[in-house]
Amino acid sequence: MNSQQADRRRFLKGSAALAGLASAGVIYPASAQTPATADRRPDEWYDYGVRSRFVKSMRLGTNGRFGKDPRPGVPRDYGFRAPLQDVYGTITPAPLHFIINHGYDPPDINPAEHRLMVHGLVDRPLIFSMDELLRLPSVTRMHFVECAGNSTASGAGFAPGLARTLPPATAQDTHGLTSCSEWTGVPLSLLLEQAGVKREGTWIVAEGAEQGMHMKSIPIAKALDDTLVVYGQNGEPIRPEQGFPLRLLTPGYEGINNVKWLRRIKVVDQPYMGMRESTKYPSLRVDGKARWFQFELGPKSVITRPSGGQHLAGPGFYEITGLAWSGAGSIRKVEVSTDGGRSWKEAEIQGPVHRKAHTRFRLAWNWNGSEAVLQSRCTDDRGDVQPSVAELGKFIGVTMSLDFFKERPDAITHFNAIQPWRVMRDGSVQNAIFA
Amino acid sequence: MGAYRMRFSRNRLVSLMALLLSFACAPAWAQAPQYGNVGRAPTEQEIRAWDIAISLDGKELPPGSGNAQQGAPLFASKCAGCHGPNLEGSRLGPRLMGGKGTINTTHPEKTIGSYWPFATSVWDYINRAMPRFQEGSLTADQVYALTAFLLFRNEVIGEAEVMNAQSLPKVQMPNRNGFLPPRVEDIPDTNKRGCRFGTCP
Repeated sequence: MNSQQADRRRFLKGSAALAGLASAGVIYPASAQTPATADRRPDEWYDYGVRSRFVKSMRLGTNGRFGKDPRPGVPRDYGFRAPLQDVYGTITPAPLHFIINHGYDPPDINPAEHRLMVHGLVDRPLIFSMDELLRLPSVTRMHFVECAGNSTASGAGFAPGLARTLPPATAQDTHGLTSCSEWTGVPLSLLLEQAGVKREGTWIVAEGAEQGMHMKSIPIAKALDDTLVVYGQNGEPIRPEQGFPLRLLTPGYEGINNVKWLRRIKVVDQPYMGMRESTKYPSLRVDGKARWFQFELGPKSVITRPSGGQHLAGPGFYEITGLAWSGAGSIRKVEVSTDGGRSWKEAEIQGPVHRKAHTRFRLAWNWNGSEAVLQSRCTDDRGDVQPSVAELGKFIGVTMSLDFFKERPDAITHFNAIQPWRVMRDGSVQNAIFA
Repeated sequence: MGAYRMRFSRNRLVSLMALLLSFACAPAWAQAPQYGNVGRAPTEQEIRAWDIAISLDGKELPPGSGNAQQGAPLFASKCAGCHGPNLEGSRLGPRLMGGKGTINTTHPEKTIGSYWPFATSVWDYINRAMPRFQEGSLTADQVYALTAFLLFRNEVIGEAEVMNAQSLPKVQMPNRNGFLPPRVEDIPDTNKRGCRFGTCP
């Protein structure tokens, strides 16, 4: 090791210790004194870029790394959470976008062989190749996708309900089943107009090409409104785990509607009641009645810095920042409280604000070193305000205790309640939901 | 309340405008710009090969039939490895029977018999996605027989009762009325259902 490298090592050690907030995913290797040595990775790096080896941020499976449960014989879990606490701005990098694949590895589809069929109650059934879809008029839009069960206590296979409720939970643990991208594709309405929807066509069934051929019934009004058939994500073809080469995007609707590896749209006159939509995604009330097809996701926000698992270096200035979104439309207002909800200040919203998209908010904050509880609440352009835990409980008619939350995640899907983070005197930040 | 009224009247205005527009645009609609030579008509064969989603009236169900007696040995050889010889489930696959009377308790056990609202979903899902890693390997007769076996073991139909394209859609599931809104036609109108900030009552 030459002296330059040794200096650099020392510097990195020091900066890692001092990094505080930034240390969650990123360490900045920079020195005004010594030029850095070259990054000596393979030439292929120039063909297709990779991030710095000092950036460690990664997706995390509900069952741990790679979605693998430590117990033998348990199949891979396919719920992978995005590290929202490390995301800057509003776009989730595609390699960090959350994944729910219902138990299936992404299929290995050759786009030259992929087809989309539109048929059913239409005048002219049609089959499109990818090349043909790329010839049609396209649109580019910013939209979030969110799993219906994001932020509930569900999905932790070997420790049910625990990760999301415990003090060490990060924003990834609590809110990581949502991500936001710039999507490019063709409005589904254009394809349906080409096919000519018959008068009795009131629903569509969308279906994927993976082994389990996920299907979802969607009302025709949504299909003709802002639903897209997308092939592009953040400027590149969508990734295999996001549905390459083609997926459906139903902005603001629960994730299950956004069928990946899309190969078929059938126009029909009723919901087809596939296994997931009729038995897995309905939310079961305590009286035994289940709410099916809840569709739209409500107004929701989370502070991503400072957030659970991060560490404040000491009293002084910190920008509070986070993400807000709503399935109803655009975010009109975000308020932040630093005193556990006793008082609220309006945060600055980063424009342009897109409909049904993650929206970045920021508030300047000087931490005086005493314990503080940080939380955000948003208002969408329909005027709906993100509820507190108690308000959400009241609306669905339950006392939302910690025990209920842990034991009955199926009773509270679409959990969009305000998320509190507690900053301790030592600078550590903890999840304070139900605390 | 004021905001709600305003929204309501605006919605009515929008509907009225849409109605007027639809008349105004009717001739234009007939000659909507076509995207020349983009997309082709699928053949009947292509449609049939992919048209696997089963509606509640069962019109997509193929010919064929089976009963629980025929389904029992099939289950033992193709399904029991994951779902257990007695349908009790394992780490590899969920429990497929039991749970009656638990849906409104603190520990609901959701199975075909206790929870699933439609028998057609059972046929559709077996045909679409089972057995894992051998999806699409079962014949229509085998899917009917396995469906009949699961419905029999959940005490929904008799052991000798034959399931086919006519009989399966007529099967009444015990928990059919356990869902809100009960009528399928009422599902799309979430305003009427009273859904608020992303949750339906």
